[in-house]
Amino acid sequence: MSDLTRLSAASLSKMISSRELSAVEVTTAHLDRIAAVEDRVHAFLHVDAEGALDAARRVDAGEITGPLAGVPIAVKDVVTTKGVPTTAASKILEGWKPPYDATIVERLKQAGMPILGKTNMDEFAMGSSTEYSAYGATNNPWDLGRIPGGSGGGSAAAIAAYEAPLAIGTDTGGSIRQPGAVTGTVGAKPTYGGTSRYGLIAFSSSLDTPGPCGRTVEDTALLHAVMAGHDPRDSTSINQPVPDVVAAARLGKNGDLSGVKLGVVKEFAGDGSEPGVLNSFKESLEALVKLGAEIVEVSCPHFEYALPAYYLIAPSEASSNLARFDGVRYGLRTGDDGSRSLEEVMSLTREAGFGPEVKRRIILGTYALSSGYYDAYYGQAQKVRTLITRDFQSAFEQVDVLVSPTTPFVAFPFGSRTSDPYQMYLADLFTIPTNLYGGPAISVPCGLSEGLPVGFQIMAPTMADDRMYRVAAALESAVGSFTPPEL
Amino acid sequence: MTYDEILTKYEPVIGLETHVELGTRTKMFCGCKTDFGAEPNTQVCPVCLALPGALPVANRAGIEATIRIGLALNCDIAEWCRMARKNYFYPDMPKNFQTSQYDEPLCTDGYVDVTVNGTEYRIGIERVHLEEDTGKTLHVGGATGRIHGATESLVDYNRAGIPLVEIVTKPVPGLGALAPEIAKAYVAELRDIVRSLGVSDVRMEQGSMRCDVNTSLNLPGEEWGTRTETKNVNSLRSVERAVRSEIIRQAAILDDGGKIFQETRHFQETTGDTRPGRSKETATDYRYFPEPDLVPIAPDPAWVASLRESLPEKPSVKRARLREDWGISEVDMQSVTNAGAVELIEETIAAGASPAGARKWWMGELARRANELDVDLAEVGATPAQVAALQKLVDAGKLNDKLARQVLEGVVAGEGDPADVMAARGLEVVNDTGALTKAVDDAIAANPEIAAKIRDGKVAAAGALVGAVMKTTRGQADAKAVRELLLERLGVS
Amino acid sequence: MAAISREEVAHLARLSRLAVTEQELDRFAGQLDVILQSVARVGEVAAEDIPPTSHSVPLTNVYRDDVPTPSLTQDEALSGAPDAFEGRFRVPRILDEED
Repeated sequence: MSDLTRLSAASLSKMISSRELSAVEVTTAHLDRIAAVEDRVHAFLHVDAEGALDAARRVDAGEITGPLAGVPIAVKDVVTTKGVPTTAASKILEGWKPPYDATIVERLKQAGMPILGKTNMDEFAMGSSTEYSAYGATNNPWDLGRIPGGSGGGSAAAIAAYEAPLAIGTDTGGSIRQPGAVTGTVGAKPTYGGTSRYGLIAFSSSLDTPGPCGRTVEDTALLHAVMAGHDPRDSTSINQPVPDVVAAARLGKNGDLSGVKLGVVKEFAGDGSEPGVLNSFKESLEALVKLGAEIVEVSCPHFEYALPAYYLIAPSEASSNLARFDGVRYGLRTGDDGSRSLEEVMSLTREAGFGPEVKRRIILGTYALSSGYYDAYYGQAQKVRTLITRDFQSAFEQVDVLVSPTTPFVAFPFGSRTSDPYQMYLADLFTIPTNLYGGPAISVPCGLSEGLPVGFQIMAPTMADDRMYRVAAALESAVGSFTPPEL
Repeated sequence: MTYDEILTKYEPVIGLETHVELGTRTKMFCGCKTDFGAEPNTQVCPVCLALPGALPVANRAGIEATIRIGLALNCDIAEWCRMARKNYFYPDMPKNFQTSQYDEPLCTDGYVDVTVNGTEYRIGIERVHLEEDTGKTLHVGGATGRIHGATESLVDYNRAGIPLVEIVTKPVPGLGALAPEIAKAYVAELRDIVRSLGVSDVRMEQGSMRCDVNTSLNLPGEEWGTRTETKNVNSLRSVERAVRSEIIRQAAILDDGGKIFQETRHFQETTGDTRPGRSKETATDYRYFPEPDLVPIAPDPAWVASLRESLPEKPSVKRARLREDWGISEVDMQSVTNAGAVELIEETIAAGASPAGARKWWMGELARRANELDVDLAEVGATPAQVAALQKLVDAGKLNDKLARQVLEGVVAGEGDPADVMAARGLEVVNDTGALTKAVDDAIAANPEIAAKIRDGKVAAAGALVGAVMKTTRGQADAKAVRELLLERLGVS
Repeated sequence: MAAISREEVAHLARLSRLAVTEQELDRFAGQLDVILQSVARVGEVAAEDIPPTSHSVPLTNVYRDDVPTPSLTQDEALSGAPDAFEGRFRVPRILDEED
């Protein structure tokens, strides 16, 4: 195994720009690592060795320079890549090659980052374990019998298994942060509107947020800076300067948090979590206090309604977003035997193309939007969303950031939560409020519970992404990083 | 019962929903062109094909045009409103939802005044909202492109995403027997207003303006009846016919003690009546919700004020001005308006014709032709520039009235501009003096007795010789000139 | 009492164009009932005077200029189509709306 794959993106970047390493060498090392461990991890749905090496060669030829030029990356399969299969881990898009790149993919290419391939996920980003991938689950590098989190389990596992130094994820209810927490990696959900959604296959449009995954806070911030910024093709993109997250991460590394007020969300610091998770969280708080931070307990009374509101809003939007998968313009078509009507063929296609969780959510969302139920469900959920936003706003009048465990439990064994969908939903209990509010949040490894990683979540006000990076980097400097056992 | 008898017994209530396709250069939510008649699926992109991941961005020109239409219809403009998704599956709609507006339309509560038989009627406007058009579906394997009996369909998404403005009237009661005519006058007025704004070419035949007509009947003093919605009403004439036929149909059912069902019906251009659409077991639930991919529209009041100030002259005001300019009576102006000829005549005058000349062709020969072809005047096949060119040729003496009619016939038949038709058909007034003199001399030589009578002062006999000359020149001579020349050659002038 | 019946789930599946099997109907009806009973908790919040939030960023008036941008070629547009003919997407017969 090559040592190159153990280096941080920041180090790789320095060594490539000083010509100590070539981008091709670095890319090859990661492709070799993928070849060596993929049969056990299954983080990728598609590996694009040719495309990655081409990009690396252009960096080596001096055509592209920049902060992450030559540093390879894995991209979640819900983001379109021109000419490279993009399936959202669904049978309904099997073999589809988009004729266009997502804006964030364009930015990776412009930055000279070789794209190693597309990572596994729960189908259409609906799930917390990758068990709902139509192409088989990803295994957690910490324990191959356990889930890597979801929906972005492939991206998190790829970096935890050293198959890639960085990865792109998307976070609708915790799909970047929860996989980060259970794989001992860093995952950040930027401010909604801070990163472009153009080319992100929509699950829940008002919540979906692309973001960076890395092994260190600084690496994650470097990727954040490459991805983020206004995109005129996304109407919900914020046209303001991107907060300087890299500087904030470097500042945080100094380990000084004097004058920083951390708000512990009272509702999320209690017995909703496993004892091991709660222990690591409390130890981390103590470590942060030692760095000079002040801890304030904050009440966010409506957070307990975030999960129910989310499971009305997200499926509602999804039921509409996924209507386009009808077997007319692209993707799967089944049952077209010449005798059936379009309506029948469409229904058979969608029945065959979508997995059970996607179908459940489409039906749930269709219900919540139906006349007669709209006010009680979707409409009421949107009001609750307003109240949750107000909880955040009043909390941020008292503190700089809010903190909580990222997820109530460590990586669980496969199959332990699939029979009861609601038990799966609980994995996102602590991550969902941020999505409803639209602010940024990050998960950073903070300890181990029975040998499995625990994540610490830091939530910041909208467009104050830099704040969470500072605190995250400080925590990282205090607790160190966590390395999975050799595969 | 005759139509008049029906209207002594029942009171109709009508309502109209009109879709206007905006003439923006690009679609409503993407930068694809909107050119008519392009090769299929060449004006499409990830957004309007609804490829996974693509997102809409609203076209400012579409918003502006909608607001201008709202202002021209005396509407209030929303200070803040959102687009909404209307969810239903249909293959010509790429996303399987239509981006539209639901309970927050951009413009509300306006009116349009129309004049019929010298009386003004006010039609209330409920709302004006913005949405997008669908693609076009070709049905294959059945009879003549109909969906019924087709074995498969072919879809072209070039039209998908072109901005549409929907204009909905309030229900209009109290029109009595004039309901069909007033409905037609409303649509004509609406068309003129929209055209005056320059935001659409509003051609019903090309589908850039489409109408749905709601009709119900009730007995005097009773509640409004159940309404039907008639779709597929694609010309001004059809608006009138659709309302009339629906009144007659409903009255027959009610008189038989039957019930009217709330349903969608389709207007049949060929028969002039309406046919039922497929009855649905349950009303469609469109599951509207605010479009999360588009941010709210909050028109700046200063912008709205500037749009209001820059509105063009109202068609009704303009008509009064033109009537003055053209020196015609109120009744004549009314028939010009009803014929849909105001702009055509105006443009013809602008292209160089006299008011009388322009009006003569549009209200005479061309109106007759449009009636024969059963099309709106604007669709008859001649343009204002062509009519003006024709009139200039007459004024210059190159065409006489008879020849001009033949030339116009060629223009309408698509043979080109008047000059092209003249050249191709060899139609021109003969004013080559040499040729004409020879023809006159030949006629004198061939009819010595008549020539002698004329020489003797019986000038009335000249007609026979003029006729002979006209015959040999196949009508291409100017009869007046022939007469003068004849008298001159006979030494009596 | 169940929050949602098997018949309602069948109706919703039809609306969503999902040809679900009988077994799926049984399973989904039970699961959705559990989920709905749980999400119905949003109703506990007193929120009559609270405005709904549809967008988490307070942006308004985001427009593009009416300037054409390149479209896909016909080949690109049809590249993913399950079936196409003469530049158009081909679909099975559509249920007749008029009969």
